[in-house]
Amino acid sequence: MTPHTEHNGQHIDSAGTYILVFLGLIALTVLTTAVAFVDLGDFSVVAALGIAVCKMLLVALFFMHVRHSTKLTRLVLVGALVWLGILIFLTLSDFATRGFTGVPGR
Amino acid sequence: MASEAHHAETLALREQFDTEEQQKDASTLGMWIFLITEIMFFGGLFLAYTVYRSWYPQIFAVASSSLNVYIGAANTVVLLCSSLTMVLAVRAAQLGRQKSIVWFLILTLILGGVFLGVKAYEWNEKFVEHHIPGPSFHFEGIANQGPAQLFFSLYFAMTGLHALHMVIGAGLLITLIFQARKGRFSASYMTPVDVVGLYWHFVDIIWIFLFPLLYLIDRHLGR
Amino acid sequence: MITAAVQEREHYLNASYGIKSWLLTKDHKRIGLLYLATITLFFFLGGAFATLIRVEPLTPQGGLVSSETYNKLFTMHGVAMIFFFLIPSIPATLGNFFLPMMIGARDLAFPRINLLSWYLLVVGGLFALFAMLAGGVDTGWTFYTPYSTTYSNSWVIATALGIFVAGFSSILTGLNFIVTIHRMRAPGMTWFRLPLFVWSMYGTSLIQVLGTPVLAVTIVLLFCERVFQIGIFNPALGGDPVLFQHLFWFYSHPAVYIMILPAMGVISELVSTFSRKPVFGYKFVAFSSMAIAVLGFLVWGHHLFVSTQSVYAGMVFSFLSYFVAIPSAIKVFNWTATLYKGSISYATPMLYAFGFIGLFTIGGLTGLFVASLGIDVHVTDTYFVVAHFHYIMVGGTIMAYLGGVHYWWPKMTGRMYPEIWARLSALIIFLGFNLTFFPQFILGYMGMPRRYHVYPPEFQVLHVLSTAGASVLAVGYAMPMVYFIWSLRYGKLAPANPWGATGLEWKTASPPPLQNFDETPVMTHEAYDYSTVIEEVIEVG
Repeated sequence: MTPHTEHNGQHIDSAGTYILVFLGLIALTVLTTAVAFVDLGDFSVVAALGIAVCKMLLVALFFMHVRHSTKLTRLVLVGALVWLGILIFLTLSDFATRGFTGVPGR
Repeated sequence: MASEAHHAETLALREQFDTEEQQKDASTLGMWIFLITEIMFFGGLFLAYTVYRSWYPQIFAVASSSLNVYIGAANTVVLLCSSLTMVLAVRAAQLGRQKSIVWFLILTLILGGVFLGVKAYEWNEKFVEHHIPGPSFHFEGIANQGPAQLFFSLYFAMTGLHALHMVIGAGLLITLIFQARKGRFSASYMTPVDVVGLYWHFVDIIWIFLFPLLYLIDRHLGR
Repeated sequence: MITAAVQEREHYLNASYGIKSWLLTKDHKRIGLLYLATITLFFFLGGAFATLIRVEPLTPQGGLVSSETYNKLFTMHGVAMIFFFLIPSIPATLGNFFLPMMIGARDLAFPRINLLSWYLLVVGGLFALFAMLAGGVDTGWTFYTPYSTTYSNSWVIATALGIFVAGFSSILTGLNFIVTIHRMRAPGMTWFRLPLFVWSMYGTSLIQVLGTPVLAVTIVLLFCERVFQIGIFNPALGGDPVLFQHLFWFYSHPAVYIMILPAMGVISELVSTFSRKPVFGYKFVAFSSMAIAVLGFLVWGHHLFVSTQSVYAGMVFSFLSYFVAIPSAIKVFNWTATLYKGSISYATPMLYAFGFIGLFTIGGLTGLFVASLGIDVHVTDTYFVVAHFHYIMVGGTIMAYLGGVHYWWPKMTGRMYPEIWARLSALIIFLGFNLTFFPQFILGYMGMPRRYHVYPPEFQVLHVLSTAGASVLAVGYAMPMVYFIWSLRYGKLAPANPWGATGLEWKTASPPPLQNFDETPVMTHEAYDYSTVIEEVIEVG
């Protein structure tokens, strides 16, 4: 069975592809749950978020068809993640640097 | 049969568009842009979570461990199953398989319902344990109640907002099921299924992040 | 309202009658007019509050209203003007009306969502209006915590809910515009043949779509904090009030670019048409719109300089704030260069454009003062900041808005407005505006705090000058209300292209037919190509 067929000019992935992706998602869920019980220190957060990002990519690329989408769609998705990043990281530039001067309230 | 499908096609082309393809492209782009607004909407909550988890790492870990990780993980699996059935519904629509469209949509709806049912159970547990923020909040074994309450405020805000989106998704699925039963969708017109699929997967992705952030904080400490 | 003489030909205004044909319309042109009416109401509501704000400080001890009432007045003035007038103004009226026409489309991508957007603005507005009538809200339009969440006894939730609903109006408009610009352009209408107004609408829409949701979730958190006391912004419960400020300003700073970017788009059109020259450096202006949209998201911390935001973050935000001035400056230079060797007409829209260029420049330059961390420590929360943003919002946006309404009035209504009265109003507005707000720069620099209704006696002269200016400004704003309505019945009939302008909207009749064009246009030349326009100018003045 071919991995995907063309129909009306659009890619149609096979059911097998989707089931494989699904199994991957389940495996990653099991992994992230198991890893949480292991002491990795500060790396725990990185591992948890890293696995979540992998799952997100699987859902986006395969289930949401970003794999076959236009450049514009991908730009929109990347843009959103960048903007989320701006919100979080630029705000953290405040919270992470408080108290450095030793002056109260600065 | 063919003329019926063709009739459905021309009915579906809205005045402002020149071709079916333009309409499909516009609808898909429109849903993607809507999804990025949702990313920013949830984003504010993720920011608050990030700040307060960095301020109160131990209290957040203890509060997190009061959530049942196995139920959370199982519910995650349920939602992932619903994403599979949803994408199979989209695939069925692409192939014009009328009966399959309906069945996969119904399965997705049922799985979504299971997820919400489990969430309701979990929230009820929290209610019984006095972990709901407000005047009757009390978390055993911690002196500084404020940050513990913050954890649960974020827990309820994030899972509550997520659940609200699931309910809206369920409503959309019900609408699609009715339309699919009337044979409204075909290989040349399945945009609504496609677009609701995108929404459903997005809501799944939000949960993919909520699960580790809320349920899996430093579980190795054991409590 | 419109005499029968105009009505031989069918167009969007006479294609159907009755209230249902307006309240259930999917026509972007009618929806633009629905918005026009709504925002005009809110403008005068906000103006009424402004009148009281200016009358109270005529004397140093105040006395007309109590402190609590004064707090409500400036809060409601801000809420009405920002959320229910300025943010929708140009995009939802002129943008809705002309974006599809400028790109050669029959309508927006999602006409029913467009109508929904208008209803959301109205519903949000009704919530806010209810709050105002029921007793008002006194937190400042900025709703800072913990006052808004714990201590204020005013209608915070109702007002915040109104803003929340109006926010979705804004988001859906932005979404609609982005999809329309990407997917509905006529054949031959490439990105770099688009009118610059369209580029600015695109930039504005990006901001609306990326920023407003954060305001929405902030309001949700504000609600939860106020109603359930969850502690998220309350230091006693482990929260941080400055987190609210970060979340609030993440939207509210880009919001000011939602308010100015469309205005800049209008000015590009006006300066080009009334110099009869293409805009100088088209691509620079287009990319500047994008740059403003993007950079505008990186500077919000300059509103938090005197909060407990860390000094290092303050430095980063100050540095970035200087950058965002650059694309704005590029536009001012390019408009000025457009004028050089142009065939300049002093029609009313051009008078507003000139006013904009001068006043926006002053407003923008004073923005650099407040962007400087060191200076801002002294002038923040003084009248200096108030003057700065009113130069941009009123001297900038409102002048561009009025210029745009005058410019496109003949196209929208099929009538010319009376030129002499219009020029007179523009002049009165310009003079009234400067008399109102220039003294405020001095007041603020000298130390007069904002949001105070009592002050040391040495500030009285400047306050009186400012209030005098406000009364002149009020007259200036009232006049167009009168003559625009007059023109609907008695104004000269307008031709398709009274200004000899380029742009697809001028190639169809005034008022336009229901489908905008009799045939889908094909764009075969560059933007602002005046060689393609037949002389059809009505003698002005």
